[in-house]
Amino acid sequence: MKLDCKHVWPYISDYIDDTVTAEERAAIEEHLEHCEICSAILDSVHNILVLTADDRIFRLPLGYSERLHERIGEELARAAPDD
Amino acid sequence: MVQALPKEMEWIARILQGERDLFHDLIRPYERAVYLTAVSVLRDATDAEDAAQEAMIKAYRGLGSFRGDAKFSTWLTSITLNEARSRLRKTAKVRVESLDSADQDEDFTPFLVADWREIPSEALEREELAKQIERAIEGLPPSYREVFLLRDKEEMSIEEIAQALGVTANLVKVRLFRARMMLQKQLAPYLKRELPQRRRWFSWLGGRA
Repeated sequence: MKLDCKHVWPYISDYIDDTVTAEERAAIEEHLEHCEICSAILDSVHNILVLTADDRIFRLPLGYSERLHERIGEELARAAPDD
Repeated sequence: MVQALPKEMEWIARILQGERDLFHDLIRPYERAVYLTAVSVLRDATDAEDAAQEAMIKAYRGLGSFRGDAKFSTWLTSITLNEARSRLRKTAKVRVESLDSADQDEDFTPFLVADWREIPSEALEREELAKQIERAIEGLPPSYREVFLLRDKEEMSIEEIAQALGVTANLVKVRLFRARMMLQKQLAPYLKRELPQRRRWFSWLGGRA
């Protein structure tokens, strides 16, 4: 299995999630070893995912948890769950 | 299928038998995820908080209908998505993109970076970079944005996302691929300029091999 750049791109996402087959993985890695362009693309996607996962991206509103539990507390005091 | 945890099933049974306060503990691990799910649809912090509260109340009221054939978190995600989407339908002033229209073929070629430099997460201290990333995510088509945030922010599995959305795992993967490539295309040129640092080749690949 031999891949050129255009054929590697659709696999980048699955490669990151490790949902590619062993054969696909081997072919992708062989390509990456020789291709700076695709390696850089993979790095950049990975980098974006790391930054996205950071707690500073889409920070929870201040006091969110307190307000949530207060609201839940009112509901718990008001009624039992429906059956 | 991914199933509910025995401990959660036991708590749910006890809540239904009258130990209502246990509900606080039951949902505590999922507070953040519920908010993020709501934000993935509504894109506004205040709207998302309201939707998150309402979703939790609906989860409490409907607790008796949870059968444990999915993870509790997946069930919560599903309720939150419904709540957020119905709010969006009521309040949307802009045209809401059909969920299917985004699944048409488009060009998903990446931005070609020949010299990618790693951005350390300390860079997020600068509000501007965090805002840039948030804006790019908010700009994704709704069906891509949901899948992207559920996977890459909340770290749900592909299978859990498929369950929560009621779509196939394959469709989740396709949307995820497209979301990631769109973000790469949009953010890479910007991030690339951010910090001239030495490139670390394969630093993360080496770590996971």
